[in-house]
Amino acid sequence: MNMILKMVFKRIALGLLTLLVISVLIFVGVEALPGDLAEAILGQNASPETVAAFRQELKLDLPAHVRYFAWLGGFLTGDLGNSLANGRPIAELIGWRFANSIFLASAAAVVSVPVSVVLGLLAALKRNTLFDKIISMSTLSTISFPEFFVAYILIALFSVKLVLFPSISSLNDHMTFVEKIYTITLPCLTLVLVVAAHMMRQTRAAIINILSSPFIEMARLKGLKQSRIIVLHAFPNALSPVINVIALNLAYLVVGVVIVEVVFVYPGLGQLLVDSVAKRDIPVVQASGLIFAATYIGVNILADVLSIISNPRLRNPR
Amino acid sequence: MMLKIIKLARKSPISARIGFVIIVINICAAVFAPVICPFGETEVVGDTWLLASADHLLGTDHLGRDMFTRLIFGARNTIAIAMIITILSFLIGTVTGFFAAIMGGWADLVISRIVDILMAFPTLIFALMVLSVVGTGTLPLIVVIALLDSTRVYRLSRAVAMDIAVMEYVEAARLRGEKLWWLMRDEILPNAMPPLVAEFGLRFCFVFLFIAALSFLGLGIQPPTADWGGMVRENAGAITFGIMTPLYPAAAIALLTIGVNLIVDWFLHIASGLKE
Repeated sequence: MNMILKMVFKRIALGLLTLLVISVLIFVGVEALPGDLAEAILGQNASPETVAAFRQELKLDLPAHVRYFAWLGGFLTGDLGNSLANGRPIAELIGWRFANSIFLASAAAVVSVPVSVVLGLLAALKRNTLFDKIISMSTLSTISFPEFFVAYILIALFSVKLVLFPSISSLNDHMTFVEKIYTITLPCLTLVLVVAAHMMRQTRAAIINILSSPFIEMARLKGLKQSRIIVLHAFPNALSPVINVIALNLAYLVVGVVIVEVVFVYPGLGQLLVDSVAKRDIPVVQASGLIFAATYIGVNILADVLSIISNPRLRNPR
Repeated sequence: MMLKIIKLARKSPISARIGFVIIVINICAAVFAPVICPFGETEVVGDTWLLASADHLLGTDHLGRDMFTRLIFGARNTIAIAMIITILSFLIGTVTGFFAAIMGGWADLVISRIVDILMAFPTLIFALMVLSVVGTGTLPLIVVIALLDSTRVYRLSRAVAMDIAVMEYVEAARLRGEKLWWLMRDEILPNAMPPLVAEFGLRFCFVFLFIAALSFLGLGIQPPTADWGGMVRENAGAITFGIMTPLYPAAAIALLTIGVNLIVDWFLHIASGLKE
């Protein structure tokens, strides 16, 4: 048990370190900008006064390391500075949008995880049957589709032809939970289709990998019943790779929301990020980028920790 | 060599052949674009969002340009840029990967940690952040994606080269006094080819989808250059009127990716020596 705890702590520490390095990268990226940030954004014709005001707003007159620690400190205490585009506090812009993004991503996860794990498992058990071939063909096509293609097909089908669901998913606070779910049906379905295809393929591969390992063959040769082999021999060992597959795809989901949000004009963090990149509103880009990175790395840490805990070989060291 | 390829192709499954046909059609469209197309790339030929007719095979787009023409030119621009990026990313990735594997020690440690950090960061977010700083345009797009993508190539080529670098013939070449570049090019590369070729297909798909996504977000290839991702974005509004225009370029993206994936699948199947 002690060894596992140690590994878990090591993994978490490594993740935090990575995050720290990334925050430096995000910050330095702006420093590395060719020429002066103020001029680059305001254009060469900007008057000296505007440039000076801009530099003060971004605190460009202080040395870099001071600004970095001020920025990071602000981040940890929830003060993210102000947006360049409209001068509003970034925390105010980001907070509710981030909640919306998480809402969409978790709705997609709740649907896609059970469906794809079960289907991937079945495909692995019924390997090389018609069922397996259909699953493998359809998942291969789905992962070849860009997210927006899936999204527009769904819009064409469900909101233009059948007029069942809205093609624009705007949320507001007055909606009940059911209304919210109804509004996000199409973006959620898009994410489910894209992520489930990846998850099914990887689950299938992981299970086949386990089933072709020597200890399963041994169990078969001993004459054990198929159900016993699956439940007692394959399942405990398959748990760790499958958890890994799920977590990897959840991390993908966090990023995948960006495009889906843009298609459905969903008020999430991804939409804000894309808009800010187009407007070159760099403080907002930095803040939302760091939040995305933190979420992504967080899910990855969780994946590794869970797979360490669920690995029977690590749990029962010789 | 040629004979071997023909022999392999004869035994290829139907799925790989479909993939091959798709790729050939796309390449032909890309190469002969000005010959095939009835109109110019940015020529306005009629009303906006005309439906398909004999004159305009796929109708017109949001500015009244011929959709079929844009689609063919889009093949040219999108595929060419994706190809350039993939080749660049392989150049960077394999050279650094082989270098790390041969040198080992500090060089390996430093490069690998840098790559680990870059890979811990979601690619799309990273690309968006860099583009927000350097601004949008084709050149930054190529450099940014090639660099980000080369991290995955690095991982693979380092892993493959690690196994090769300990072989006797590499040892012999080292003792013979061969230089680093010779070791990379003449000892490691020929033996690392099969996995790298398969990876090339996969990376191409990834890069291709990635450019499409960025262009779709309006941050990739800039108009008026025809590009499939951007065309989806420009025409997205049509879908709510029940006009299918944005689906054509999106389908073209999907089709080419499926084609490449089918070939890669077959190739991996051969290269793996078959588990099943």
